[in-house]
Amino acid sequence: MVDNNKDTSSGNVTKTIPPDVETVTDADEAIEIATPVEDAPKVEKKATGAHKDEDEPTGAKAIALKIVTGSGLISVLSVVAALIFGAILIAAANAEVQAAAVSGNIGKFFSTVGKVIGSAYYALFQGAIVNPDAHNFAAFIAPLFDSLKVATPLIFMGLGLAVGFRSALFNIGGQGQIIVGGIFASYVGFAFDLPPVIHLIAAIIAAVIGGMLWGFIPGILKAKTGANEVIVTIMLNSIALLLISWVLAQPAFQRPGENRPLTPAMHDNAIYPIIRIGEIQLSVAFFLAIAAVILTWWLLERSTLGFKLRATGLNPDAAKSAGINASMMSVWALMISGGFAGLAASSAVLIPATGMASGVASSYGFDAIMVALLGRSKPLGTFLSALLLGALRSGGYLMQATTSTPIDVVSVIQAVVVMFIAAPPFIRALFRLPDPEKLALRKAAKEVA
Amino acid sequence: MSENNVAVVDKDADYKGDVLVPIQWKSPIAYGALTVLAAAIFVPFAGAGSITNFSFSQAGDLIEIPNVAIPSQPALIAIAVVLAGLCALSLKFALDRKKAPILVPLAFGLLFVTALLIFVLAGNPATLPVTSLLSGALFLSTPLVFGSMTGLICERVGIINIAIEGQLLAGAFLAAVVGSVAANPYAGLLAAPLAGALFGLVLAVFAIRYFVDQIIVGTILNVFILGLTNYLYSTVLTQNQGLNFPPPLPTYEIPILGQIPVLGPVLFKQNVVVYIMYALVIVLQILIFKSRWGLRLRACGEHPEAADTVGIKVNRTRFRNTILGGAVAGLGGAFYTVAAGLSFNQNMTSGQGFIALAVMIMGKWTPKNAIFAALVFGFANNLQITLTAMQISIVPAQFMLMLPYLVTIVAVAGVIGTVRAPAQEGVPYKN
Repeated sequence: MVDNNKDTSSGNVTKTIPPDVETVTDADEAIEIATPVEDAPKVEKKATGAHKDEDEPTGAKAIALKIVTGSGLISVLSVVAALIFGAILIAAANAEVQAAAVSGNIGKFFSTVGKVIGSAYYALFQGAIVNPDAHNFAAFIAPLFDSLKVATPLIFMGLGLAVGFRSALFNIGGQGQIIVGGIFASYVGFAFDLPPVIHLIAAIIAAVIGGMLWGFIPGILKAKTGANEVIVTIMLNSIALLLISWVLAQPAFQRPGENRPLTPAMHDNAIYPIIRIGEIQLSVAFFLAIAAVILTWWLLERSTLGFKLRATGLNPDAAKSAGINASMMSVWALMISGGFAGLAASSAVLIPATGMASGVASSYGFDAIMVALLGRSKPLGTFLSALLLGALRSGGYLMQATTSTPIDVVSVIQAVVVMFIAAPPFIRALFRLPDPEKLALRKAAKEVA
Repeated sequence: MSENNVAVVDKDADYKGDVLVPIQWKSPIAYGALTVLAAAIFVPFAGAGSITNFSFSQAGDLIEIPNVAIPSQPALIAIAVVLAGLCALSLKFALDRKKAPILVPLAFGLLFVTALLIFVLAGNPATLPVTSLLSGALFLSTPLVFGSMTGLICERVGIINIAIEGQLLAGAFLAAVVGSVAANPYAGLLAAPLAGALFGLVLAVFAIRYFVDQIIVGTILNVFILGLTNYLYSTVLTQNQGLNFPPPLPTYEIPILGQIPVLGPVLFKQNVVVYIMYALVIVLQILIFKSRWGLRLRACGEHPEAADTVGIKVNRTRFRNTILGGAVAGLGGAFYTVAAGLSFNQNMTSGQGFIALAVMIMGKWTPKNAIFAALVFGFANNLQITLTAMQISIVPAQFMLMLPYLVTIVAVAGVIGTVRAPAQEGVPYKN
């Protein structure tokens, strides 16, 4: 075994930590791959016109088999399992439940557990999807639109990370890119006085430029020196956090008469217009997010640049042989990623009344990693998983407010959902579901016999 | 000679024979830029006739070194000249297509930091306590060393562990709770590795048994552990304050060695976690490269098929060592609570697990190099703390704090550049 640390400077072997998004899908794709295998003997049978197989599942049985081996059920069960896990946490940490457990009254214990979990999850549902207690329809479905609002930055950021993943780049720097984008957007937003529409567009462009700038640094360093983008983006996150704390202490960014580090409120022309129907509120940023989903799909699936990015992501050596400037692709991928981070920043900053504070990036950069992973780095998948995580978070706020269950439990639930969805065999083992791969193998073996 | 001159470039297969490798300009350029910075900013702005004061001894030392007062500007000029010399030396090595010995960057780094300190303190009547600056630096780099050892064990065996951050946090949490319940810091220290190992186990199960992408499992684990500890902190620990009052670990001075001027208090007047760190780094450095365990470890990370062929159980080896790695991070997490004498707080590792990952890469996946990288961060952190305590700030504190991160970027881009990770890390082994 060769000692690696020797002579690394002359050995110019590049090593990127491959996000290798393909492996995520492995287990799930196995299902898709397994289906043709399942069909293969059937085709053969038709051709030979031989005996009729009684074992071949037909009708309802076949449908049932499809359902229990499909990926849809896996997703549902993952959510169920995660909610059960969350319920255990909620009950275990509740003082009333603990008191009931100590009292030794089993009936009281279970009724308290039920009450605590029930009220927490009812609030979660009420905050995330619909409010059954509402007095009119608009108020009934208003929570759904709140979830869309919470999901908007996650959609943007998730798309950016998806582009990175497809080019085999792991951009951990979402946090930093959002912060720099936010600094740019907020400055344009409060310091200038431009006409309507133009002001908003200018602020959005500023955000995108800020994010792209912060994505360009790791990109160009990787292209020119081979610096590992994971390290550089981690470092740039920390630098951006310090930068924003410095920026917010500057007179130019300080809100007059305010001691906290907070910028002035954005100019009215610079905020995303909000559509209001009764209790329903929806920001135009959400429509921009939908446009971004379509743009990303076009970029990745239909454009030349997207083709080059994907080719580099799948096999940089082959891409290079085909004449693609593979190292430039890391610059492009990280800049695009940063640009989406800028859009995420714009949706978080260009809102009415409140200025920008140092917590502008929240945990979007890290949550979006889960969004992109859950969405398998596909634009539509990313969109849908951002909605799921946004809904959970939005419901979590209400749950925290009404039942004083800390919202952190939502992070735990999110993590468990993503983990289980990424590991279908685990969920199948947990719920004793049949493994489609094994079923197909067994059938094939029977055919051979 | 040919060993150094002939390119061994895997990705360009037709690049063999007596072709010269391209000259590596990165180090001389980086050195040059820093030398210019020292000569053009430090020297003129230090102020003529100003003095910089250093102290080396603490009260009660056996051998007391008197405080040193250095005339700032002449000292800076002298250092700038030496830096320029080192820069030229590095250029010579680059032109000869040779790798400069480790002494060159080490000397350059130390001199540059000295120049920075002289410059920052020039004309200030306060005295910079060198000994406590260094011992604090070592102390603060402890969790980074533990974290990077975790990353190193896991990646050498072929598993990428992004969850170091979470494992540190889990270790810190359990150490605080167990230490408080038992009213004994050593109980906390013993419990901490269990928390890390538990999440090492989860990583191993999902990555090895269920083939989930390792970076994904790690990322999810970080979110999970952060959420879980935040949740338990704001529920259980807030309801029962007694669960979060771990007694601190005492500081031990090693006899004789602890009396060496400057180095004694820095290296041998620490608490037991730091001593465990010394042992860990030395043991790992030897075991990974000299023992059967280490050979098997590296074989599984570099070429699992070959390892399998000679009878090594690849996935079993990976499984066990991923758990071991988690335990190491858990132990490092104890630093934040029982070793530092603090209560557990939300997200108290604040991204240091990611820095540990950077430390591991900067250390090129070897324990002995990782310790230097960790010291850079520890030193920069403590310098900032020391200067703030001395109420010295010539640059805004935020820019001072950025220094370690900038240094890392420069190091990764300029000095280290392309490093080679274990070949098959992150690739699940299916037999």
